[in-house]
Amino acid sequence: MNFLLQANIPIPKDIPLPLPVPEPILVFVLVFSFLVHIVFVNLMLGGSLLTFWCQIKGLKNKEYDELAHEIAKTITVNKSLAVVMGVAPLLSINTLYTMYFYTANSLTGLMWIAIIPLVTVAFLLTYLHKYTWRIFENNKAVHISIIALACLIFLFIPLIFLTNINLMLFPEKWGLIKGFISALTLPNVFPRYLHFIFASLSVTGLFLFWYIGRKKYPFETIFKNLNRYDIKKKAYSLVLTASVIQFLIGPIVLVTLPSKGVGWNLIFIIFIGASIAIPAMYWIYRAIVGKPEHINNNFWKIAICLTITVIFMGSGRHIYRSNSLAPHQKMMAQKTKDFIKASEEARKNPVEDELEIDESLGDVAVGGALFAQNCSACHAKDVKVVGPPIIEMATIYKDNAEDLKKWIKNPGKRRADAPQMPSFEGKLSDDELAELSKYILTIK
Amino acid sequence: MDIPLFHLDWLNNRMLIALIATVHALINHSLAVGFLPLMAWLENKGVMNSGPTEITDARWDKMVYKMMWTAFIITTTIGAMTGVGIWFSVSLVSPNSIASLIRVFYYAWFVEWTVFVTEVVLILIYFLTWKNSNKSIKAKTRHIKFGWYLSVFSWVTMAIIVSILGFMMDPGNWKNDKNLITAFTNPLYIPQLLYRTPLAMVLGGTLALFLASVFTKRGEEIRTNTFKLISKWILCWLPFAVAGSAYYFKVIPETQLANMNVAIGTQAFQQWYDIMWKVILGATSIILITAILGLWKPKMLRAPFLAITLLFALAFMGLFERVREFIRKPYIISEYMYSNLLREEDYPLYKKDGLLKWATYSSTPVITKENKIEAGRNVFMLACSRCHTTQGVNSVVDVFDKMYGSTGKPFDETMMKNYISNLHNARAYMPPFPGNKKEIDAIVAYIKQLQITGEVLEGAQETGVTLNPEQSVEAFKATAEKNLAKEKTDIENIKKK
Repeated sequence: MNFLLQANIPIPKDIPLPLPVPEPILVFVLVFSFLVHIVFVNLMLGGSLLTFWCQIKGLKNKEYDELAHEIAKTITVNKSLAVVMGVAPLLSINTLYTMYFYTANSLTGLMWIAIIPLVTVAFLLTYLHKYTWRIFENNKAVHISIIALACLIFLFIPLIFLTNINLMLFPEKWGLIKGFISALTLPNVFPRYLHFIFASLSVTGLFLFWYIGRKKYPFETIFKNLNRYDIKKKAYSLVLTASVIQFLIGPIVLVTLPSKGVGWNLIFIIFIGASIAIPAMYWIYRAIVGKPEHINNNFWKIAICLTITVIFMGSGRHIYRSNSLAPHQKMMAQKTKDFIKASEEARKNPVEDELEIDESLGDVAVGGALFAQNCSACHAKDVKVVGPPIIEMATIYKDNAEDLKKWIKNPGKRRADAPQMPSFEGKLSDDELAELSKYILTIK
Repeated sequence: MDIPLFHLDWLNNRMLIALIATVHALINHSLAVGFLPLMAWLENKGVMNSGPTEITDARWDKMVYKMMWTAFIITTTIGAMTGVGIWFSVSLVSPNSIASLIRVFYYAWFVEWTVFVTEVVLILIYFLTWKNSNKSIKAKTRHIKFGWYLSVFSWVTMAIIVSILGFMMDPGNWKNDKNLITAFTNPLYIPQLLYRTPLAMVLGGTLALFLASVFTKRGEEIRTNTFKLISKWILCWLPFAVAGSAYYFKVIPETQLANMNVAIGTQAFQQWYDIMWKVILGATSIILITAILGLWKPKMLRAPFLAITLLFALAFMGLFERVREFIRKPYIISEYMYSNLLREEDYPLYKKDGLLKWATYSSTPVITKENKIEAGRNVFMLACSRCHTTQGVNSVVDVFDKMYGSTGKPFDETMMKNYISNLHNARAYMPPFPGNKKEIDAIVAYIKQLQITGEVLEGAQETGVTLNPEQSVEAFKATAEKNLAKEKTDIENIKKK
């Protein structure tokens, strides 16, 4: 093979085991469970940001502080579901894209493992914030700082995930990456990040509209001055604004995608997904500018349209990944096959350990070589390594080769400071034992 | 060798997993499996002992709620995230083994996941609807039922995971029969479950005693009553925990001996085994004393003492986990993959061609005089770094120095070479060295350099990776083209004939 060849793209061999279930099922589980996971992540992040914003507003208008408290209560549930729903896509991507995903994890390893303590701290902060509402009633600066810190962590975590999920797509870049920061600056990470942030705001707006609009929700007993309509209108405005911004960021994400995974199938899916969101935007606009009693009209249609959009965008995301990696995966599969074949051949024709005969030892040369191969891991000439030194053996068994051979075949345990020696019965032939003991007994 | 190797040169890679996994297992056993049924039981006691006009004893209920609050906060933050953390850390430190396991156990993990989702939903319902359920006896009864459902699901989650843990240690099964049924029928499954379940109950009780001492005041009647009830709970489970561990104990050496037919390897194991006995004996006695005091002299129990009892109980379990880890060696998946992440069946290939040639990432596919040290570093990374560091925990320099009598003198080259080529005979818990003779020379040169310079080894997360030109797309294409050209000439030759 040509060593001077310019090498830029690695091909690892895959885990040489078949996929546990047919690939389409894994893809379905991956795409679907990821969407469920990301919706709860959206609600967790969006909820935290809204809580923060409402609490700032609550400094002037006490009722907004109450609203912040109400939103904060939802974070507890959404964050727990976000974590547990994240396990299924994690397992599925590990299984489907093993080498790609693990390579990305490893190259950004410190930041990747930092997700665990960071998220733990952020979760603890959200609880601290929630359960100290009354304690810090007169110390709002401290209280708001707690949620602000949680927000900062929540805003940072998605960057780590996006960096990894982006890096796994580009084996041609793996050789250039030195830690998280260099992976972060690969193209497309930041546009995708913004896309995610505004999706979070949009999803949370829609959730809030539903949450405070429920008949069972005791809005009037909690709030005196605020009314449902105002908050609902605000929630819808948030959905509309964030979604319109999505329409601007979306094309940027698409344009900055490295071209290798962009195909017509991708463009098609993305455009259908985007166009389904358009009627939803229209209905939301009508609800905002319309009469208060009509604000609930079309809510479920809006929710369904946006859900379909999300499903299309999630599928598009997978199509891009699948397009990008297909050629490399094909080569990797071939490589894995070749490796298994080479390994099989090597098993059939193993390299035998030849004795390294040191001729200068004269007639104990064979014994010396046998000793080096079988014994020298534990025994040295005049120091205790694992077992006693050879000099000691030679003294104990002086002129008694028979007992020495017996011991080597079936050793007992005599020394407290040394572990039991393994038996060489069947590992060494009688001739070999004779040569070996001959060598041992010559050592002085 | 196929995935860039993450490496922590001070902490030690396995320590990263061990830290996260131990925290997770301790929280899971003491705050979920063993704690939740106790909470449901105590909540029910509040209803039983309340006056005829009340739904529940309000003060009692509030105390139990506070205990549950603690469990809720810890399990849904540290508990949940260390659970995910096991995935994260194992995928960094031991990617090939976890990837192989998922390919076989995907179903099991999927089922586990659905149970786990249910568990999380139930704990959210159980905790978050607690206060509202106090409005009617019907709602309260339903609430307590949810407590029991939750307890069952948290136990089932553990029961499934234990099967996979047991499977990893059972020799032979991986080769013949890789599936969930063999995981459940492996010889260590039932013993592990019989030990973990009652131990979790005891841990849950010990923790509850401590929390009760925090949430009530000295001399209060409510405190005495709680102590008595929880002590009864502990005393009920403690004999089973002892019996379960004794049974597990009895089974461990059998399996372990099958794993390590060379008796030498048992010395290090024996040390852990002996420590474990002592700690278990100590922990059991102190828990027993605490529970007996709690039942007959509850006033004598105070928070600091209860905290100590809790620590002992946790150490009990922690040591068991250590021993469990140990008996798996030298494999990470029994008789299939060694703890260096290389498959046993690929060893002849590595011995023939060398490890470096087949590594996807290696700056030295061919060893020369000039790159010997660098090659040694690469071999160390591939063959040793999962368990050894250069200067930190379980450092390779330290273990050699200790073996050669802690003299601090430069290591003897020949002795090291002989040792490394046969180390699996001398230390049965270590895998055989996977490469060829030249690679042994290189690694010896590298370790000798480490001894003198004290330099450290950085993992792929810091230095990135150097591609092995032989394992690149470019080489792959060149070979493919060559094969194609050869085919063409072959066909032409046949045509000519």
